[in-house]
Amino acid sequence: MNKKTTRDGFGEALVEIGKNNHKVVGLCADLTDSTRMQAFSETFPDRFFEMGVAEENMIGVAAGLALRGKVPIAASYATFSPQNAMGPLRASVCYSKLNVKVIGGHAGISTGHDGATHQALEDIALMRSLPNMLVIVPADYFQAKKATHALVQHHGPAYLRIGKYGTSTVTNEDSDFEIGKAQVLKQGSTVTLIACGTLVSEALEAAKTLEEHNISTAVINMHTIKPLDRFAILDATHSDLIITMEEHQVIGGLGSAVAEVLAELPHHPPLHRIGVQDSFGESGPGKALLKKYGLDASAVVKLVLSEL
Amino acid sequence: MNTAQSQIPTEKLVSLSKAVRISIITMLHEALNGHAAGAMGMADVFTSLYFSILKHDPEKPDWNERDYLLLSAGHICPAWYATLAERGYFDKKELLTLRQLGSRLQGHPHLNSLPGIENTSGPLGQGLSQALGVALSLKLDSQPNRVYCILSDGEHQEGQTWEAYLYAGAHAVNNLTALIDRNHIQIGGPTETILPLDSLKEKIEAFNWNVIEVDGHSHQEIIAACATAKQTTSKPTAIICNTTPGKGVSFMENNYHWHGKFPDDTEMKQALAELQTGTHE
Repeated sequence: MNKKTTRDGFGEALVEIGKNNHKVVGLCADLTDSTRMQAFSETFPDRFFEMGVAEENMIGVAAGLALRGKVPIAASYATFSPQNAMGPLRASVCYSKLNVKVIGGHAGISTGHDGATHQALEDIALMRSLPNMLVIVPADYFQAKKATHALVQHHGPAYLRIGKYGTSTVTNEDSDFEIGKAQVLKQGSTVTLIACGTLVSEALEAAKTLEEHNISTAVINMHTIKPLDRFAILDATHSDLIITMEEHQVIGGLGSAVAEVLAELPHHPPLHRIGVQDSFGESGPGKALLKKYGLDASAVVKLVLSEL
Repeated sequence: MNTAQSQIPTEKLVSLSKAVRISIITMLHEALNGHAAGAMGMADVFTSLYFSILKHDPEKPDWNERDYLLLSAGHICPAWYATLAERGYFDKKELLTLRQLGSRLQGHPHLNSLPGIENTSGPLGQGLSQALGVALSLKLDSQPNRVYCILSDGEHQEGQTWEAYLYAGAHAVNNLTALIDRNHIQIGGPTETILPLDSLKEKIEAFNWNVIEVDGHSHQEIIAACATAKQTTSKPTAIICNTTPGKGVSFMENNYHWHGKFPDDTEMKQALAELQTGTHE
């Protein structure tokens, strides 16, 4: 697919940032090309550390660099970092509130052919549970770029979830991006779709089809999972049905985060969580996997039509 | 500033170590929990560092020109706390709050909780990576400060420790020095029974480190080894400090049951008596 991806947005933004901010240093666990850290490593070789296939050490070293005021950006596939490095992330980084940015690439089932081992589906849940950790899941190339800039401006531990799947763009160069503030991409009164990452474009496509069925559908891009925009969710309670959409386990991710907010309200509309239903993925093309695992626009349309 | 402290006489260092050990026993007795053996065993390494080796200033804990000491084996922090207090980083009275609710002296060290605490540790195997990161940032900034990291022998069973050795050795990170508490015990028994580490020296040398073995209770040997490390520019240096766990108290020495144990009233009295009279030195 030729479309620019969230990883491209990250990689380009990192080079832009590196030019002005000399405290920014890059670390990678032998995946510079596929996490798109390559350009940074070539532009700023003195500020780039090739850590080898050693994710725990990469995160620990990032903590040490942050101890002296550097802004380390540590990238790998999300199944390796954060997932292999949860111990150092918890004690060395989050407990110390160190300014370490973790970039998890190849996230989600749309990672495709590499199969279940490489498709991170639990990273949001893990990172969301860590005190002091920020969790951002950009929806497209443009948003990934802005999120990367925002992440570096924010002081403290942060996680950016990126992927290799080329989605239709849902934002543009001029769209606002603010950490913790959800983006209402489409207004609607009957159904609210709250999506993150690659599934935001699926949500917009589903909304288009639902409108053809005269079902007024709102679409919210919940790019920040933590801190979660509670007000956006409270607004969504005016609709008859809320559906969350994520390329992640339904346990612990965006769906859970929204459910936690709704459950504390005296009344709220029913919630359905689109996501991976407590299983692993498999090899195949990203698009086909999104369809097979019920994560694409057609799955949402089918669900809404059966519920209303 | 503390740039010429290597002139301190050995007898003074010995008496400082004794004071630190007395503090450790008193703290753990007051806390009613904590880890005695490793802390007691490393008192001489800690006093050598803070009273002779490190360039530092207790009045300015965040001094940009200071040498860094990071503790990887967080459970022996009573020795770190006691030494920092002895050196004037904070009031010794505060030592008695160890592990109590609201105390700055957490059960395992927490970054910035106290002046002089440079890192968070407790889960084993994480400290050498942190120290390596500090060392790399100093090189980036072309600063001559040195970085020291204290590790236990048991945490050499953690893969992350070896990831850090591998990187530091490959990149000749020569401003980094590891000090290893080779006391041969861990919480469940002797290291060589739980999961053998020997020959630790050859293993670390194979990772392209310069390795020096010292008597971990000889201030002179510890100080000399750190001086050699400073002059060794082609590699990082690891100093294997052969120590006696529970050093200074007869019934604690070399007994792994004291890894994670504190002294009761009777044991404290006997321990303090032995330490004060030096009967078990």
